[in-house]
Amino acid sequence: MTDHSNTPRTTPRASATFDDYTLSEIRRAAATGIYDIRGGGAKRKVPHFDDLLFLGASMSRYPLEGYREKCSTEVVLGTRFAKKPIQLKIPITIAGMSFGSLSANAKEALGRGASAMGTSTTTGDGGMTNEERGHSTQLVYQYLPSRYGMNPDDLKRADAIEVVVGQGAKPGGGGMLLGQKITERVAGMRTLPVGIDQRSACRHPDWTGPDDLEIKIEELREITDWEKPIYVKVGAARPYYDTALAVKSGADVVVVDGMQGGTAATQEIFIEHVGIPTLAAVRQAVKALQDLGMHRKVQLIVSGGIRNGADVAKALALGADAVAIGTAALVALGDNDPHYAAEYEALGTRAGAYDDWHEGRDPAGITTQDPELMKRLDPIAAGRRLANYLAVLTLECQTIARACGKSHVHNLEPEDLVALTIEAAAMANVPLAGTDWIPGRNGGF
Amino acid sequence: MNLSLKPEAAEGETLVDLATTPLRALNGALHKLAADTNQTLWTVANPAGRHAIAAGLDAPITVEIDGPVGYYCAGMNKQARVIVHGNAGVGVAENMMSGFVHVKGDASQAAGATAHGGLLIIDGNASARCGISMKGIDIVVKGSIGHMSAFMAQAGTLTVLGDAGEALGDSLYEARLFVRGSVASLGADCIEKEMREEHKALLASKLEAAGLLGEVDISEFRRYGSARTLYHFHVDNVSSY
Repeated sequence: MTDHSNTPRTTPRASATFDDYTLSEIRRAAATGIYDIRGGGAKRKVPHFDDLLFLGASMSRYPLEGYREKCSTEVVLGTRFAKKPIQLKIPITIAGMSFGSLSANAKEALGRGASAMGTSTTTGDGGMTNEERGHSTQLVYQYLPSRYGMNPDDLKRADAIEVVVGQGAKPGGGGMLLGQKITERVAGMRTLPVGIDQRSACRHPDWTGPDDLEIKIEELREITDWEKPIYVKVGAARPYYDTALAVKSGADVVVVDGMQGGTAATQEIFIEHVGIPTLAAVRQAVKALQDLGMHRKVQLIVSGGIRNGADVAKALALGADAVAIGTAALVALGDNDPHYAAEYEALGTRAGAYDDWHEGRDPAGITTQDPELMKRLDPIAAGRRLANYLAVLTLECQTIARACGKSHVHNLEPEDLVALTIEAAAMANVPLAGTDWIPGRNGGF
Repeated sequence: MNLSLKPEAAEGETLVDLATTPLRALNGALHKLAADTNQTLWTVANPAGRHAIAAGLDAPITVEIDGPVGYYCAGMNKQARVIVHGNAGVGVAENMMSGFVHVKGDASQAAGATAHGGLLIIDGNASARCGISMKGIDIVVKGSIGHMSAFMAQAGTLTVLGDAGEALGDSLYEARLFVRGSVASLGADCIEKEMREEHKALLASKLEAAGLLGEVDISEFRRYGSARTLYHFHVDNVSSY
């Protein structure tokens, strides 16, 4: 008998294709027979703003003095048709998130933080609450396929209307709010029985396509006497054509949401495999506006994975007028905070990875309707944290803009940028760093 | 703005000719009316299929429209009575909150879509998705309705004197459907239910509101509602998703 005890053995090697997460998902699927639902946006690594760099000033450009020379940040949205455009002090807005998916305290905190910084917040599927309206100096009212809670009184007391065609986490998908979060108040606002799973339709009930949307927008303008800016929000999928068609439909503002943008609850497979990254969408949307001669006339808001002032500056440099934040705003409020590490672990996850927002058991009291958990979030303190965070984003964006010699953040331009990767260079349509090569430019490859 | 009184106009009646008056002027004037206005009767001539006529009203007035209207006539209506002497385009009375809308002709798709309240009467037929996502409105259709009607209908009643197209009441919530004629097929989670006395009384009240009580036999109607099997997302229902 041969002794193999001294034969060298190879190190156990996990499959790159069947990695630990993939194996766990196969086991979960085999045990349950149903797909995985979670909140948040794409978690996979995709080309992003980190793959771009600013060049800053040099011999041919001079910078502005930090702290002394002015770098303006105000933004006006809705200048095309609306009698009363939205005037923001900073180019960062709060994306649509519903009361229902978020607690009332969380919505109040978003309103407080945004208002303190002179920017807008946005309702979500499920309608407008009085607290939200009361704490938001500028509130965008979403017009969604479900029309839950939609009514003309709220339409008239909104500052702008956002027709939601899609969102980055799930272009082409509807929504699901599980029964745990359908409390009496949430159900009442949505005209549904308490405790049932609430489905949100994936397309609007009374219009299909851009020709119909043009008529729908006309109706909304007529109802509101042409006062309110009307946004059209699309998930990043075909941003060139979607932006062009939104303009054709009469939008004042186009919102393009990349795949890193969050959702309250959607299938994991949908979030990770449908739609394109934010970086890939911005220049396509801007090009559509430029080709139509509508850049800066129809404003562009970009969202999906905005985390810091550099992301803001890069989105603006690529041609956006403003950005919107959702996930980052929730983190600023206290979502996924290590303070609740033990409780996240008890839920089978950890602080920073918790994404079962639809289950309503959020230890931070944000993505829940549980009365006891909700109490954990102090809306005043959380609102202050959000305001602080927005201030930092703005200061960081101004810092970069001054370094590029810009007296307004809107003066940032693609020529201020280079890319670290070929992919990012192609997507953003800026040169690969250290070269003058833009993949695809002039028909080259 | 050319909002002129007809020489023969009744007291309180205002005639608006959309051949010479912009729609914006009409809707703007209607929106400015106070709750106690004396201008309680408006007659609109030459609508010519214009969209969003009388949209966003919120006053106890009557608007008579002499001819066909386009999309979203009387959209989001509150309080007002809107009478269309002709056919109506897509989404008539969409998201109505209260009041009364009467289409004397046929209606296109999505009539009464997402509406929370009020009464919509259609003398002729209604096309596909009649009452889609309705949230409390009462709809009475004297003719027939198209496919996917009452899709995801949440609350209210849909009464049809004629026939219903395919997939009636798909993914229905708590709306109540009464159909006198045939139903081509029922959608997911929509079933025929027993017509008990309380349902006959409910149907009678809707027919009475529509001025039809006594003109049709309530015993000829069948009731449809939600089986409520899809109210909770479950693997056993996967074939329905």
